[in-house]
Formats: sequence, structure tokens, C-alpha cells
Amino acid sequence: MKLEVLGTGCAKCKTLLENAKKAVEISGKAAEIVKVEDIPSIMKYGVMSTPALVKDGKVLFSGKLATAEEIAGML
Amino acid sequence: MLKQFADYVTFSLIGLKPGSHGGEALDFFIYDTIKIFLLLTTIIFVVAIIRSSFPPERTKRILSHNREYVGNVMAALLGIVTPFCSCSAVPLFIGFVESGVPLGVTFSFLVSSPMVNEVALIMLWGMFGWKIALIYIGTGLLVAIVSGIVIGRLKMEKYVQDYVWEMQVGQQEIEELTFRDKLVYARGYTRDLLKKIWPYVVIGVGLGAFIHGYVPQDFLAKWAGRDNPFAVPIAVALGVPLYSNAAGVIPIVSALTQKGMAIGTVLAFMMAVTALSLPEAIILSNVLKRRLLLTFFGIVATAIVFVGYLFNIIL
Repeated sequence: MKLEVLGTGCAKCKTLLENAKKAVEISGKAAEIVKVEDIPSIMKYGVMSTPALVKDGKVLFSGKLATAEEIAGML
Repeated sequence: MLKQFADYVTFSLIGLKPGSHGGEALDFFIYDTIKIFLLLTTIIFVVAIIRSSFPPERTKRILSHNREYVGNVMAALLGIVTPFCSCSAVPLFIGFVESGVPLGVTFSFLVSSPMVNEVALIMLWGMFGWKIALIYIGTGLLVAIVSGIVIGRLKMEKYVQDYVWEMQVGQQEIEELTFRDKLVYARGYTRDLLKKIWPYVVIGVGLGAFIHGYVPQDFLAKWAGRDNPFAVPIAVALGVPLYSNAAGVIPIVSALTQKGMAIGTVLAFMMAVTALSLPEAIILSNVLKRRLLLTFFGIVATAIVFVGYLFNIIL
């Protein structure tokens, strides 16, 4: 599974990256996590408010922060 | 009831003298902080439920069907309910213009969204009364609509950074939320927003309380009263580089009003602080060439100065 955290570098985006890492630990699944900061890649997903979380090319949510537990439930 | 509580804590528990500078300042601080947090928590929660129905993706879809004028009005109104954070201004801007929202309509949204929102409404209502709150919302929308129409008329599409037009934008599905989902969203939204603005509120109310207790009455009347024609443009010029949200500015301007600053000048200052800021200019320079960025700031600042004069005359 591949997780992408989309965000242009705001504080919330960093928190989301941390939460995503924790979520993967909680779920015990194998996942690659990348931070996507360039605008063209973010726009490719049609995301207009950051931060957003993408799992295997599908946008799970955008414009909000989720806790590690909430993310773990989506994996 | 809150007033009695604040009086009790200040004068009975802590034992400051009523009428003393420190006593008045602390009394004011306790009363205002509690009142504002109560208002903020309730109203942000209610507005968040409404907001959950208007993600930016839906706003974009609504606006891409509207042309000038109607589009500008819709954009300004949607700016109130669509969640906006200056850190997402770039993807939002690109998403809008790529899906065919006219440039001027996009700007109406960009002006209205940070300036006219539930936090400004609550804070103004709490500190100035509902009349001023409604006037602020009404004129804020007007500034957004007019600025957007003017920018649209100037045909400045070529001053948008070239890469913006070439970008491939994906479509994101809008998920329909159940009422339960909306409540969960609203709870999270309220928590995040309060977490973000509480220091501004406390510092703002603290400074306001200090001004209230220590600055002599009518201290500002001479310089910032309605008789000084330069007060409005100076207030706007001071407000632009400052960056804060409504939560931090309103307690301060409320105290300044009590010291003789004219209400039109106060409203203009507040609009300049919330609608225009240096950090936002830096973020927007990623998508706007300098000429359009300066035009945008110039037009909005002019509109705000006009609003300030208008209210100094009629209020």
C-alpha cells in the first residue's frame, strides 16, 4: 500500500504526516509513506484544500486533519 | 451573570479595588474571555455543520456555471461558508480558474473568504453589538463583489503565472455526508479552529483589557477620530502588513473605539488586517504575476478605505 500526504508545508500537513506514520504502526500493515509538496502533483488529484491523504491513488480525505486512530481505521 | 462572576473573581477573590486601573482591566479581561469563548464554541459548531455541505470542490462546481456579476455575488456569499486557510490558497486558486471560474469571480471568493466569516461575526456581535456585525458582513461582501468585478473587467488573465493554465487538474468526487458524519466533522472543525485561534483571542482580549484600563479616555479621538481625514488610509496602510485573524483584532479595535477611534476607521482597519496580508501576498505570488498581485491589493485596499469613509460619515 502506498500512502501520500499532500500539503504545501503548513503546520497541519506536518502533523498529518506524523499521524499517518503512527496509523501505519497501529494497523501493522506494510505501507510506503511519501510527502507530496509540489503543486502539480497535488492538483492531479483534484485536491483544493490541504492537507489531504491519498491511498493507492485514491483521495481518502482533504482539507482536514485526522488522528492516527482515524487514519488506521481507513487503511 | 458572567459580569457578576467576573466582578466576584476580580474584586472579592483577588481583592482589587473597583475603579482601579488593574481592577478594571482584569474584570474586563475575565468577562470578555469567557463570553467570547462561549459564543465561539457554540456558533463555530453550528456553522461547521453548514460548512460540511460546502467543501471547496462543490463551491468550485457551483461557481464554474456562473459568469460575471451573479458569479461575483455567489462567490462572495460562498466565501462565508467555504472553509478557507491561506495555506491552501494556491491549490484553491488553481482549482477554480482551471475549472472555468472567471478570474474576477475567483477574486471575489479570495477576498470574502478570509474577511467575512463566522468568527468575525461572533466577535463583532459580542463586542460591538449585532448592528455593527451585520454592517461588517454586508460591506465586507460588497468589497469582495466590487473588487472581483473590477479585476474581472481589467482582463488580467495574462498576469496569472503561465504554468497555472497548463496544469492538469483531476476531479475529486464529493462524498455525501450523513448527519452523523457532519456532527463528527463539526466537532473536529470546532476543536481545530479553537486550538488555532485561542492564543489570538487571549492576547487580543488581554491587550484590549490593558487599553481599556490604562489608556486615558479620548486618547485617540484627536488622531483617529472622524475629523481626521487621513485616519482611514493610515489605518488601512497599517493593517495590510499585519497578519492576524478576526479573533485577535476585534478585541483590540473594540478597546480603541472606546478611546475615541471612529467606527469607520475601526472597520477599515479590521478589514485590511483580515483580507490583505503579507504572508498571503507571498503565497499568492506563486500563482499571480506581480502586476496582478499589486492590482489586487490596490483595488481591495481602495474599496476598504471607501467603506471606512462611508461609515465615518453615516454612523
